[in-house]
Amino acid sequence: MAIEITGLKFGYPRQENELVLNIPNWVLGEREGVLIHAPSGAGKSTFLNLLSGLLVAQQGEVRVLGHNLSEMNGYQRDQFRALHIGYVFQQFNLIPYLSAIDNILLANSFSSARQSNPRRNEIPHLLNTLNIARSDWRRPARHLSVGQQQRVAIARALVNKPRFLIADEPTSSLDAENRDRFMSLLMDITTTNDITLVFASHDLSLAPYFKRVESLLDMQTSGAPLDVF
Amino acid sequence: MFFKLAVKSLGDRKGAVCLSILVMCVSIVVLLGVGHVRHQAKEGFYNTVSGVDLIVGARTSSVNMLLYTVFPSGTPTNSIRWESYQDLANSEYIEWLIPISLGDSHKGYRVLGTTSAYFEHFSYGQQRRLSFAQGKGFEQMLDVVIGSEIAKSLHYELGDTLVLAHGLGATSFSHHDDQPFVVTGILAPTGTPVDQTLFVHLHAIEWIHKGSAHSREVAGSAHNPSGILGADLLPESLTAMFVGLKSKLQTFHVQRLINNYKAEPLSAVLPGVALSELWQLMAALENALVLISVLVLISACLGVSAMLLSTIRDRHREIQLLRAMGAPPLFLFALIQLEAAVITFVSVVLAVVILMVSLIGLHDYVLAKVGMSLSANIVTPHSMSLIGVLFLLCALVAMIPSLWGYLLARRGAH
Repeated sequence: MAIEITGLKFGYPRQENELVLNIPNWVLGEREGVLIHAPSGAGKSTFLNLLSGLLVAQQGEVRVLGHNLSEMNGYQRDQFRALHIGYVFQQFNLIPYLSAIDNILLANSFSSARQSNPRRNEIPHLLNTLNIARSDWRRPARHLSVGQQQRVAIARALVNKPRFLIADEPTSSLDAENRDRFMSLLMDITTTNDITLVFASHDLSLAPYFKRVESLLDMQTSGAPLDVF
Repeated sequence: MFFKLAVKSLGDRKGAVCLSILVMCVSIVVLLGVGHVRHQAKEGFYNTVSGVDLIVGARTSSVNMLLYTVFPSGTPTNSIRWESYQDLANSEYIEWLIPISLGDSHKGYRVLGTTSAYFEHFSYGQQRRLSFAQGKGFEQMLDVVIGSEIAKSLHYELGDTLVLAHGLGATSFSHHDDQPFVVTGILAPTGTPVDQTLFVHLHAIEWIHKGSAHSREVAGSAHNPSGILGADLLPESLTAMFVGLKSKLQTFHVQRLINNYKAEPLSAVLPGVALSELWQLMAALENALVLISVLVLISACLGVSAMLLSTIRDRHREIQLLRAMGAPPLFLFALIQLEAAVITFVSVVLAVVILMVSLIGLHDYVLAKVGMSLSANIVTPHSMSLIGVLFLLCALVAMIPSLWGYLLARRGAH
C-alpha cells in the first residue's frame, strides 16, 4: 500500500478541541491515482500536508510507502519528503527569480545528499516531455506563463523520481485548454513512471481522468469510509 | 545551489539590497578609515623621537616643551642661558647634548639652530639615526641642511641658496636678506617633523641676529670652517636641549637635579612620558570618532537585518515551497544568514577598495597638510580583526530575521 491511514485525528495547536480532520480508515494502493474532491475550507490542504509530513497527526497513524510518518523526527521527514514525495501547488510552484532549470536543480539538491547519481542530465529530457521550449529553460520563472509554470512544476516535482505525487489544485489557475494539456501530461507521466497520485481539487469536471474519485467529507467519520473496498 | 539561491534571491531585491550595501559600506569606510589613520598617527607620533633621554628647557609643562622642541608648534616660554648648557655638558652623567635654538623660519618652515651633534645623536622610530640622502652636515657658517619634505616641496637641490626670516609664518616682515645660506645636505625621509625642518649651525643663528654692523666684519670668515667655532659667536641663550645619558638608570636622578637647578628655573622632561600625555589629549577626539563609527556600523547591521526581515513576509510562500521540496527549517535559517553574510562581504570588499583608492589619492595632500605619510595598506591585523568583528556582529543581528524564517518554516504549512 502506498498510503494507509488509521484513526487519524488532527486539530491545529491553538484550537485542538476543534478537529479539522477525523479519518478512521483510508487506504491507497501503489500506482493508484485518486481525485480527492473537497470544497475549499474542508481541510484539504491539511490532509495533503499530513501525507507529506509537513504536519504530524496528534492521534492515529499515517503510513506513506510503508513508513509511519509520526515515528520520524522532523529532519527525517524532510529527507523523506525530498526523496519520495513530489508536490505541485495551485500557484507559486517555482522560486520566481530562478530559471526553470535552477528550480529543478534546487529541488534535486535537497535529496542529492542521499543519491549517488544526481539526475541532472535527465532534466532536458524531462522539460522536453513537458513541452517547455528550450528558450524558456533559462528565463526567470516569473516570466513564464501560468501554464508553463505549472508544467515546469511537474518537472520539478518529478526530478527526484518520487514514488508519490501530491497535487493541490494544480489546475485551478489554468484556462480550459491549458488545464486539459496539463492533465493529460500529468496522467501520462504518472502512469509511465509508476507514480502514486493524490490529486485534490474542488473541480469535479476532472473526474473523468481518474478511476477513483473520493470526497474528503465522506472519508471522515460522518461519511462511510469502510465501504470503499 | 545553496549559494546561487542566496545570491539570486538578493539580486531579486536589487534596490533594497544596494541601499543596504551602500549604508554598510559607508560605515565600514568610516570605521576602518578612522582605525587606520589613528593607528598610523599613533605610530608616527611615537616614532618622532627616540634615544633622547631628557628634553631640557625653560620651566614649562611637559606637553608644551614637547610641542615646541619636537613638533613644529607650541611656543617656547623662555630661553635658557648658555652657561646652563655648559654646566650640564660638564656633568658626569651626560653622554651627549644637542643644543636647540628656535625662532627663525623659511617660507613657513621652522629653522632649527643646533650643532652637528644633532645628526650624530638624534634618532627616531626604532632607534634609527638620521641619514643624508644627499650631501652632508654643515661645515661652514652659512651651510644649511634641509629635511626631505622641504627639498621636495620647495624644489631645493644641493648648492641652492636661501634666506631665513625672523619669526615664524610664510610672510615675515623681517628677512635676513643679506645672509644667504647654501644647501649642503638633504636628509633622507623619516616620516617625522624632521622632514619639515631646516637645520643651521647654532653660530649662524647667532651671527645673523647680531646685525649688519657685525656681519660685514664676520662675513669674511663666514665660509671658513674654523669661523664656526669663533668664540665671539658663542650664543648667549638657547631654546632647549636634548640630553643623552651615560646610564638610563640615572634618568630620574638627573631629571630631579635639573628641575632643582639653582642658577635658573629649568624643566627636564621624559620624551616618552610627554608623548603619552600629548596623545591622551587627543584620545577624547579619537574615542569620539571610534564611537561614532561603531554606532554607524551597528545601525548599518540593523538596517540589513530590517531589510531581510521585511522581505520575509513576501517570502512566506517561498518558504512553504522550499519546505515542500524537502528543505529542513535550518535551511531557511542558513539561507537568511548567508544572505546577510553576502551583503556584508560585498560591503567590506567595496569599502576596502574605496579606502585604498582614497588613501592613495589623498596621500600627497595629507603629507603636505599634516605631515603624516599614510600607508595605503589597510590589510593590517588590526583592520582584519575589525572586519572579523563586523562579520560576527552582522551574523548576530541577522539572527532576528533568520530565526523568524526558521520559525515560519517550522510552524509549517498553514
